[in-house]
Amino acid sequence: MLRLEGISAGYGPAIVLRDLSLSAAPGRITCLMGRNGAGKTTTLKAIMGLVRPSAGRIMLGDQVISDLPAHRVAGQGIGYVPQGRGLFSELSVAQNLRIGLMARRGDAAETAAIRAEVLTRFPRLAERLDQRADTLSGGEQQMLSMARALCLRPRLLLLDEPTEGLQPSMIEAIRQVIMSLRDAGAAVLLVEQRIDAVLAIADHVHVIENGRNLEDFDAAALTRAPERLRAHLGV
Amino acid sequence: MEFGPYLMLAMLEGAVLAAVLALMASGLSLTFGVMRVVNVAHGEFYMLGAVIAWFVAHLVGGGAALSFVAAAIIAPLAVGVLAAAADITILKRIDYDPERTIVATIGLLYVIQQVTLMTYGPDARPVEPPFNSRIALPWIEWGEGGPSLYFPWGLSTTSYKLFVIGAAAVLILAIRLFMTRSRAGLIMRATQLDSDMATAFGIPVERVYAAVFGLGAALAALAGVLIVPIQQAHYLMGGDALLLSFIVVIIGGLGSMAGTIVAAVLIGMSDGIISVFFSPTLAKIIATLLVALVLVFRPQGLFGTRDR
Repeated sequence: MLRLEGISAGYGPAIVLRDLSLSAAPGRITCLMGRNGAGKTTTLKAIMGLVRPSAGRIMLGDQVISDLPAHRVAGQGIGYVPQGRGLFSELSVAQNLRIGLMARRGDAAETAAIRAEVLTRFPRLAERLDQRADTLSGGEQQMLSMARALCLRPRLLLLDEPTEGLQPSMIEAIRQVIMSLRDAGAAVLLVEQRIDAVLAIADHVHVIENGRNLEDFDAAALTRAPERLRAHLGV
Repeated sequence: MEFGPYLMLAMLEGAVLAAVLALMASGLSLTFGVMRVVNVAHGEFYMLGAVIAWFVAHLVGGGAALSFVAAAIIAPLAVGVLAAAADITILKRIDYDPERTIVATIGLLYVIQQVTLMTYGPDARPVEPPFNSRIALPWIEWGEGGPSLYFPWGLSTTSYKLFVIGAAAVLILAIRLFMTRSRAGLIMRATQLDSDMATAFGIPVERVYAAVFGLGAALAALAGVLIVPIQQAHYLMGGDALLLSFIVVIIGGLGSMAGTIVAAVLIGMSDGIISVFFSPTLAKIIATLLVALVLVFRPQGLFGTRDR
């Protein structure tokens, strides 16, 4: 579904991604791993159109999304849960969800149905609809960030270290959500630093270094030789 | 006149200035809050509002009330469209870079000012208010029989000045409701809080910027329309208004609408009172000194936040 073909991208004169290629398939969890500064977050930003590739192209199905204006990328069915959650801090829970629902551009009935579905999945948010996002706990903020992305009913979900700084019960809850999305047929591209978490859920792993492809693993290879992945990450 | 009635008169003059200033500075604050750019041409949008009101008053017949209503609709619309066009053709091309935006809007300031001079001329021209009846105001006198009301000579205002205060209050409330209750306001606030995430959720940020720049300019133009029956339209009238607006948004906290309103009342009232009792120059000196103190001791302003 998602294909990055020879992407180069960066910030002004600083080149971060160099001829990077990777893919994420429907119904599979693809993990993107690498040491700090390897270009994982920049890869997700490039997919979302927030960083413009200087070379290569990004395809979603048959469509080249790297040519679209950045604000039209989400409308193709891509949900984004950024590092640090990226919530609209001074807006309420309901308003953050409304922004996600607006991106979906569905009719009133569909919008109401998606909202109800998301709040059923995250009942703690339903109790805090009028609360400002920046007054939620860390775990609740992460739930809101995921719920907002799910408001698009994404066929591709990008997650940038969604379990960072969370307590184990919350990590497990988020893992369950990711796996249920995979089971529902969505493609999931997950940036994750914790190897144990990756080994538990990944169907495929891309390891990158200095913005370049280093090695790819499928689930069987990971099970057979996890130490090779650890060696790449220096842990 | 005794001190009490004299003070009330000064406060009424200050309230008119505060009302117009609050409206104009709200536009400047909105632009900075959402776009993070300083618009040095904001005073010229105010001037254009007043000048367009004069043109409309002379082109539209049917009396002062009709031409005022026409001006209150046409001037903000025309100035808003002009500002949105300037945003698309100039600010967008320089990628809203803060430093280059300041230089670009200084250029815009001179272009608007000089084109106005060439077309409208150097004279200050009055616009007739839609209504202007004099209203005598009562004062309390404490006599042997207890308090009683009387009408001191000279303690009066006009119905138009009271209208300006009321209209500004209603418009500011409307802006507040627009920002907090409407879909467009939600989009603007989301863009203000995190433009990258707004983009990632399908918000066309550049179009939002053009709309916000236009809306900010339209508010300045509306302030110009409201003030022109009191002050006359002149091609250089934007300078003082811009200075006072900057004073207000710095004291209130850049980007804070609540702070802008509080600071506009503070500066407008003190300007009115000091101007009546001492001199307008002293009022400006004190306001500028207040800005210096705020910048030294509370750089984020009274209602601003440090992390912006």
